[in-house]
Amino acid sequence: MIRIIDLHKSFGSKEVLRGVSLTIEKGETMVVIGQSGSGKSVLIKHLIGLLKPDSGEIYIDDVEITRLDDDELMRVTRKFGLLFQGAALFDSMTVAENVRFGLERYTRLSEEEICKRAAESLALVGLNEAECLMPFELSGGMKKRVGLARAIAYRPEIMLYDEPSTGIDPIRADAINDLINKLKNDLGITSVVITHDMVSSYKIADRIAMLYDGEIIEVGTPEQIRHSKSAIIQQFIHGQAEGPIKDW
Amino acid sequence: MANLSPNALLLGAFEQLGAVGVLFFKMLKNLFRRPREHQILLQQLEEIGVRSLPVVSLTAAFGGLVFGFQTYTGFHRYIGPGSETFAGPIITLGLAKELIPILVGLMIAGRVGSSIAAEIGTMKITEQIDALHSLGANPIRYLVVPRTLAAFFMLPCLVLYGDIIGIICGYFYNVVLMGVNRVMYVQNTLMYLEIWDVATGLIKSCVFGVVIAIVGCWQGMETEGGAEGVGRATTRTVVISSISILILNFFISKLLPASLQGG
Repeated sequence: MIRIIDLHKSFGSKEVLRGVSLTIEKGETMVVIGQSGSGKSVLIKHLIGLLKPDSGEIYIDDVEITRLDDDELMRVTRKFGLLFQGAALFDSMTVAENVRFGLERYTRLSEEEICKRAAESLALVGLNEAECLMPFELSGGMKKRVGLARAIAYRPEIMLYDEPSTGIDPIRADAINDLINKLKNDLGITSVVITHDMVSSYKIADRIAMLYDGEIIEVGTPEQIRHSKSAIIQQFIHGQAEGPIKDW
Repeated sequence: MANLSPNALLLGAFEQLGAVGVLFFKMLKNLFRRPREHQILLQQLEEIGVRSLPVVSLTAAFGGLVFGFQTYTGFHRYIGPGSETFAGPIITLGLAKELIPILVGLMIAGRVGSSIAAEIGTMKITEQIDALHSLGANPIRYLVVPRTLAAFFMLPCLVLYGDIIGIICGYFYNVVLMGVNRVMYVQNTLMYLEIWDVATGLIKSCVFGVVIAIVGCWQGMETEGGAEGVGRATTRTVVISSISILILNFFISKLLPASLQGG
């Protein structure tokens, strides 16, 4: 379970998170929606310890992570897999080396098992033929799928997806949505998905949280969000330029 | 920049010095921790050491030649014909203690320091360092430790190699080109040269290696703002490393005893 309590974060004079509180249950898929630049990626980076909050607490399975030292934090973050918005592949390594990276260093699997696990992960994202390619030879969508294969290769307990459907065609995006659901159903993975794609949100979410102006303004099931009385949420989910959200 | 007060500038300088210090201590803390990145260390030894051989060869060769030329001229003009045989110890001492460590340090700061900053800086802006973290890999252990160790070990090797090339070129200019007495030149060189003189240069080069790698890693990890940021980080790395090498060279020369006999 993930518990975020009153999280604050500023960059210089810009206050990005202004008291975010959110609980994500084990095995649940929580989708966080919000405008571009609303702090969604900042929130997800706090969960994995990439950013330290100015104040507030984050509990991962009852361990408060904001005050852990580097080594303790590393042990906790091995529970996580993170799909980056831009894939963040290691550009000096082949696709297979990227996927094997975490397995080779932080598991006790044999070489044969590592190769098998890497091939399985690549097959899951439909890229079993791309093992020997370098990242610069891949399209944006392929990079994203390799990033996903790398993140799921060592079977994390919690998956964080930063804009999983951005930059890929609708069919691939839907295939990734199916994969997120499959990982949840087959492996019981807890997922936190950052997106502004409402089609994907409705398909994968158990609950949706709306981040606006540095705060979570509403949390609910896809149905509750769809019928929310909040004008801000209605403007956002219907993608309308007119409404209470002016700063676009 | 122009609007900053002297106090703010001083504070900024101390803040940056503190950031490098923190990175250095984090590197020391992770030096012996597992998993050790042997493969990356080997790659860096090759990158910093083997691939720098051509540039070090050229620098040392022309350093030795010009130093040989000026020393020959000095002795010939001011002390008189025949005294040029004393150019040998002067050239060897000057090259081994000061000139080669500084020249090699500056060349490596330009070639390797900038490359470390550019590589890590690009990794930073493309979120590859965050990806390392997300895969449970400590970026200090994975990026900073192997580069610093490789620079620490390879700089003295390059300096020793540069010493040999420089001394040979100094000999070549004086003995082969200018006809200085070969036996006296070599005899004088061996009489006045101590192992400690060569060791002084090697000790300095170890420090320069650590400075170049740490500054490169620090600037790389601080990179912000896309391609322009990477450019700034590489430039800063070369400038900060070069200035640090020149300043540290003076203080290390002053701190180290002139010879093991306490002279």
